[in-house]
Amino acid sequence: MEHLRFEFKTPGNRPSGRASALVGVVSSGNLEVMVESTDLNEACQVEVNTSARGFAAIWQAVLTDFAERHDLAGLRISINDGGATPAVVSLRLDQAIEEFLGMSS
Amino acid sequence: MSDLSGRHRGHSYYEANARGRITHLLDAGSFREILGPTERLTSPHLELLGLPCAFDDGIVVGHGRIDGRQVLIASQEGGFMGGAVGEVHGAKLTGLLELAVQERPAAVLLLLESGGVRLHEANAGLIAISEIIRALLAARAAGIPVIGLIGGVYGCFGGMGIVARCCDSLIINEEGRLGLSGPDVIETTMGVEEFDAADRALVWRTVGGKHRLLLGEVQRLVEDDIAAFRSAALETLEQPIQDLSLEALEAEHQALSARLTDYGSCQDATEIWSQLGLHDPLQLPLLDIQSFLKATCKIGREGA
Amino acid sequence: MPAGRMQELLEAVLEPGDRVCLEGNNQKQADFLAGCLAKVNPERVHDLHMVQSVIALPEHIELFERGIAHKVDFSFSGPVGVRMAQLVAAGKIQIGAIHTYLELFGRYFIDLTPQVALIVAHSADREGNLYTGPNTEDTPTIVEATAFKSGIVIAQVNQIVDRLPRVDIPADWVDFVTQAPTPHFIEPLFTRDPAQVGEIKILMAMMVIKGIYAEYGINRLNHGVGFDAAAIELLLPTYADSLGLKGKICRHWMLNPHPTLIPAIESGFVQSVYSPGSELGMEGYVSARPDVFFTGADGSQRTNRAFSHAAGHYACDLFIGSTLQMDLDGNSSTVTLGRIAGYGGAPNLGSDARGRRHCQPAWLKAGRQAHDRPAAMPRGRKLVVQMVETFREQMQPTFVERLDAWTFMESSGMELPPVMVYGDDVSHIVTEEGIANLLLCRTEEERSEAIRGVAGYTPVGQARSRSMVENLRDRGIIQRPEDLGIDKRLATRDLLAARSIKELVHWSGGLYQPPQRFRNW
Repeated sequence: MEHLRFEFKTPGNRPSGRASALVGVVSSGNLEVMVESTDLNEACQVEVNTSARGFAAIWQAVLTDFAERHDLAGLRISINDGGATPAVVSLRLDQAIEEFLGMSS
Repeated sequence: MSDLSGRHRGHSYYEANARGRITHLLDAGSFREILGPTERLTSPHLELLGLPCAFDDGIVVGHGRIDGRQVLIASQEGGFMGGAVGEVHGAKLTGLLELAVQERPAAVLLLLESGGVRLHEANAGLIAISEIIRALLAARAAGIPVIGLIGGVYGCFGGMGIVARCCDSLIINEEGRLGLSGPDVIETTMGVEEFDAADRALVWRTVGGKHRLLLGEVQRLVEDDIAAFRSAALETLEQPIQDLSLEALEAEHQALSARLTDYGSCQDATEIWSQLGLHDPLQLPLLDIQSFLKATCKIGREGA
Repeated sequence: MPAGRMQELLEAVLEPGDRVCLEGNNQKQADFLAGCLAKVNPERVHDLHMVQSVIALPEHIELFERGIAHKVDFSFSGPVGVRMAQLVAAGKIQIGAIHTYLELFGRYFIDLTPQVALIVAHSADREGNLYTGPNTEDTPTIVEATAFKSGIVIAQVNQIVDRLPRVDIPADWVDFVTQAPTPHFIEPLFTRDPAQVGEIKILMAMMVIKGIYAEYGINRLNHGVGFDAAAIELLLPTYADSLGLKGKICRHWMLNPHPTLIPAIESGFVQSVYSPGSELGMEGYVSARPDVFFTGADGSQRTNRAFSHAAGHYACDLFIGSTLQMDLDGNSSTVTLGRIAGYGGAPNLGSDARGRRHCQPAWLKAGRQAHDRPAAMPRGRKLVVQMVETFREQMQPTFVERLDAWTFMESSGMELPPVMVYGDDVSHIVTEEGIANLLLCRTEEERSEAIRGVAGYTPVGQARSRSMVENLRDRGIIQRPEDLGIDKRLATRDLLAARSIKELVHWSGGLYQPPQRFRNW
């Protein structure tokens, strides 16, 4: 297991979404992403627990792009990962934000 | 986009995850989760073994309504460790069943998908199974019907197979599987000559939904559609709860011994179907649900 | 010829050093004859030169272990690739060359003509005429090369009957027929369970349909055998139909009868399918659709690998396939170290047909895009699309600076690195990040930057120049899903026309009978 923590300073808006949202399942090649609102202003905290060791740089890159894409602040994002590829991680992150903002069908 | 092909297709129970099943089974927006993922009540054991946790430990429990009626519901996540029961997972299920005795809901719905005890936390998992069974029987004794739904990728095996057979009533789709030892376990312990777990047709005619219905071990066989499970659950709610008197139990024991006498020497499920008087047993696995129910309607399906 | 005397016959007709063709593709296998050959006395029969499409069975390996055969010219060796590599290293196998199918078949008529061919058919009549059933595959090619150059043709059949449904090989081309004790083996090689098609493949398939098939009006095509291609097939009746593309794309196919194509056939996308081989379980469905498939007067499918691959090369406007590794020139390879896999048909299908002359709109459009000098002689261009996720399982990057094929060449003494599809044949690369159109690239630098621009978070992808990638995007060389107007949220399994083998059976009206291992009912 590897525990990674990232914090993104974003000038973005604090979204008015649900209190929390969870998407995905922890299984081989898959992950769960939980989004919660926090009192943090102008920051987005991400905590990753992953079964695949040694990919911190890729997580950093994937999450940086994600933070830029959505420009959101005041969020705590927690991830349990069963070794998903960056493509799946990006997809789940986007789905989690949509769910959190109440945009998903 | 679900209907682009021009064919009606609902929400597949088999495809859905634990949360998706609850969403489409219950009245819209009625579900209130107990000990949800933000509580982070995760397994204390997996971390030590270097395995990833799930925020809900692979089971979702809570309150909800089905056609307006209050129910308690639990849904196991097969995707997380095959739905296996660990300490926290088991405690959430036990607690829900104990809550039923206090709250007296119209029913407890158990959406079962599990390979059984989580081997990584074996002792805690084994104890959890016995606690679940005790709590389930206590709920039934208190007059609360406990209805099991089975139809996920991982089936319902091991300790949870026993839990399933302790329910008042079971609903299954044809993809659903119910048994004690899973196919791989049988192959590993008895040899591939005895049971070839890669022969999926053999696996399904031995532990699949259709065979379980013909043996009277499940009460309803439905299409792989969450709406069909919902209707079947509502039908079950309409029925009187099972007789738990000594006479009823003795009658069931007798029926089970008779079954062993009648079919004990059969080498394959098709031989049992043949003895049940069904025509063309080899074709039964290939029939769709409606045709299958029609072809087998004359078989008296006994209670659980 | 009684089966029990086959070994004796082989010892009588074979001379040391003979060239022997043992029929077997990755579908049907002359397994009984392979077993007999592996049991002959190596003191009597040795140092044979095997020429065969595929090395797949343990008996094939045994030939070399026992010294019965020494040299081999072949095309594919998937299942026993690791053992092959060990035997080559031990000096037990000398590889002549590894070919693409059509190339190997060509050599049967030039410099690798078999002296003895051991072939397989479904049944024979008393005269010795053969019926191959739907899996005709390589049989006509092998027999043609052997029988008309004074070679000996020996056939194994499942049964001998009074009257054949149809004659696939005439009796006077065959010297000996034996009824094998057990029916020959056929592998269901092209069955892809829709249950295993995930969201990322669905997103990529949406991009292919909208960004390539619709864009070029692709109507004559060939698909690889992976789950990526299966995803496209399963989106035709849903996503492609919603874009109004029925009748406008995907009408004529060179393809094995993939079960995942059933929904597209049933919803009216597909007009014709010509196949190199059949697929187990598809026999009944194929027979019921003679309007689409090539079938005999008896109703069963007739296939032919040589004609199919000629058709795939010359008559198709597009090939789409997947690979394991790709470099910055677009060269791709499926080599993994310590394992000899071979090529199969991909190098032939996945290459521009330089000899082609007939025009089609898609071919002309691709040719125009590839043209960089107005004064140059105009010509068309085949579309060769590689569809890959940027990472494979276990986080292995698909995109690399240097292919493992180079190391493989160095360690095995080959003259060239084993490349499956050469970069200069590739027109498009599709990943989950987007489409790179290599036809529009004008310099080598642009080309490699276009590849980096769809290589995701692989080290190769992260080394991109962001400004140059944005420039390529402005010029339409790189297209992201949003540039194509694709809503990523639709990329769910609900978009598949069938999500399980069972739904494929329903689409076929119960005519598709999947092998037991694919059933979960």
